[in-house]
Amino acid sequence: MFNSKRLVLAHFWLAFIAFGVALLLGAWQMLVRSPLHPWLQNPELYYRSVTEHGTVMGYAFPTLIAMGFGYAVSELALKRPLVGLRFAWLGFWLVAIGAVTATVPVAMGLASVLYTFYPPMIGNVFYYVGVVFVVVGSWVWVALMSVNLASWKRENRGKPIPLAMFATVAGAYLWGWTAVGAAIEVLFMILPVAIGWKTTIDAGLARVFFSWTLHAIVYFWLMPAYIAYYTIIPRAIGGRLYSDAMARISFILFLVVSMPIGIHHLFADPQVGSGFKFMHSVFTTLVAVPTLLTVFTICASVEIAARLRGGRGPLGWIKALPWDNPMMLALAFSFVMLGFGGAGGLINMSYQLDSTVHNTQWVTGHFHLIFGGAIVIMYFVIAYDLWPHLTGRALQSVKLMRWQLWLWFIGMIVLTFPWHFVGILGMPRRMAFYDYNDPALAAQALSVVISVVGGLILVVSAVLFFIVLIRGHRAPLVQPEAFRFSRAVHEPRTLPVALNSFALWLVLMIGLTLVNYGYPIAQLLARSDTAVPAVPIGAQR
Amino acid sequence: MAIHPSSHDVAERVERRWAILVLAIVVVLVGMVVYTGVHWAMMPPSRVETVRPETLHVSGEFIESNLGSAPEADGSVTVRIVAQQYSFTPQCLVVPAGVPVTFRATSSDVVHGFLITDTNINSMLEPGYVSTFKTTFDKPGDHLMPCHEYCGTGHQNMWAHVKVVDRAEFMQMADKMPANSRRLSCVQ
Repeated sequence: MFNSKRLVLAHFWLAFIAFGVALLLGAWQMLVRSPLHPWLQNPELYYRSVTEHGTVMGYAFPTLIAMGFGYAVSELALKRPLVGLRFAWLGFWLVAIGAVTATVPVAMGLASVLYTFYPPMIGNVFYYVGVVFVVVGSWVWVALMSVNLASWKRENRGKPIPLAMFATVAGAYLWGWTAVGAAIEVLFMILPVAIGWKTTIDAGLARVFFSWTLHAIVYFWLMPAYIAYYTIIPRAIGGRLYSDAMARISFILFLVVSMPIGIHHLFADPQVGSGFKFMHSVFTTLVAVPTLLTVFTICASVEIAARLRGGRGPLGWIKALPWDNPMMLALAFSFVMLGFGGAGGLINMSYQLDSTVHNTQWVTGHFHLIFGGAIVIMYFVIAYDLWPHLTGRALQSVKLMRWQLWLWFIGMIVLTFPWHFVGILGMPRRMAFYDYNDPALAAQALSVVISVVGGLILVVSAVLFFIVLIRGHRAPLVQPEAFRFSRAVHEPRTLPVALNSFALWLVLMIGLTLVNYGYPIAQLLARSDTAVPAVPIGAQR
Repeated sequence: MAIHPSSHDVAERVERRWAILVLAIVVVLVGMVVYTGVHWAMMPPSRVETVRPETLHVSGEFIESNLGSAPEADGSVTVRIVAQQYSFTPQCLVVPAGVPVTFRATSSDVVHGFLITDTNINSMLEPGYVSTFKTTFDKPGDHLMPCHEYCGTGHQNMWAHVKVVDRAEFMQMADKMPANSRRLSCVQ
């Protein structure tokens, strides 16, 4: 079993190398816009860097992790070789080539449009072509996940789909459909302009399509982390999963309600009416439900582990947890960051409070805490857990792992808490530098400096991460015991069709998206007076 | 831990209780949004209104001489703003405290946005669309007004100022407006 070791390793290594480069760019950005550094002579360099940082961290890195982890889960959970290995390599190369194709124009300063590429700003055509390649490569993975599940189902009629695979396929479908919004925007709106066939574009409609992708993409990033919460952590800390059914319900809820909520990114926009903004606000509260269910189920699973280890009392069991186990540490850190980040998210989604923080540094702080913090720390854990099975060598630097996780957690808190704070003070995001001599901004200088320190701590943590992995490749060969996913307290023997298949939920997912996006899109499409001249970026004006 | 036969029922009961709590949280949150929306009339921009960015400066309400603060017959004030790479017109706004103010703003090139520090004023500006929203400044003071959406490589230079003045002072300024200007601003 496990024919896809090289495939999974290739995905993870490309992901982490890209992550390392983008992380250094991020730390550099923190420094140059802080009071510790004189104003950039050429602010354009800053925007190149932000574009690359965002494109890698938003599109390439999490996509490669989800793909690599998905292939691994498919073989490990279904206990059969991956169907379509050659197509999987094709998908990998599409992503790799796409990432390089997009990076070249960004590095040359021809596509400083940032990863959100809001039209009518238009960058070099190869930037968009590269992003399309990345997405098409990931769609190959979506198809393969579906195919592998279907072929397993044919041989295992009526049996419960292993939870890890069920969740992975849910994540794949979620991504397949949410990517459609940005794909429509890029293929039908931006590319014709970037190539030169058209000179005008509807800036408002483009933002509506992008919002369809922009929010649910976060749940796509989050899926590997949640799969690790449910199917790796309870086993790794010596416990049981509290409830298999609740896990499935959470993943189904993500699939259904994470798309029709994206307009909460457009609360302050003029091209969508307030009715649909309200509707998306309500649906956004609903998406807190699967996370709250997850927090409960995982905390209960952790308690089971503690009591199995002799923990007593209503809260005394917390002491009995295996705190020297990196998996336990990472879970605790991830939950703390998810808690703060989630609370911030509830503030963003209620549109009265959003008007205080919209497009300020608060928002940057928020998504770095959720994605860079709660989610990426679980990517590290996934790598640590899978590495021995991929390389056949044990990861021996457990102490270094603990240091790495502690530093990532501390670094992320030191980075993002001051970031949230200056956001409330009204500091706008995405600027190459700020005039800290202005008395109105002087008070923010200290917070920005603290953030820089957080960024540097993150770089140190990433260096440790690479050392752990590279040491792992050089460790002596061992025969790792067979990979196991967590077992539930009550393993399902049979499941209702609704919890063991996707057809109903896919119909709901597509239906809800069409209901919540149909009118705002149709309304703008029907108007003939909304296209405005494109503004090329990077060219001489 | 021994798993005795009824543990399944116990687990289900606890889960059900938690699910009810979760739904209660959701209902409270939605309720708060509805209440503040209705009670404080805090709603996001509601109608979709378009404008041609190519002809902003030639005709219509966004010609340059019409930008700035305009006292209206009903005692309220309308502020019209145009954003472009990399400035606002006007670069300094003057508005009265304690008076309903309606903002009407748009962009002549790419997507911009602005917030006014220490207030809840926050809007996107998109070429082709007019952003309209109402507010009342509670007290006199000076605020910054940065562009908050990346709009190109000069984005970091796009800061304007807002001067909130006493209502009487504002009316005095309005009365003393030179004959050739129609709108108030604090652009020097």
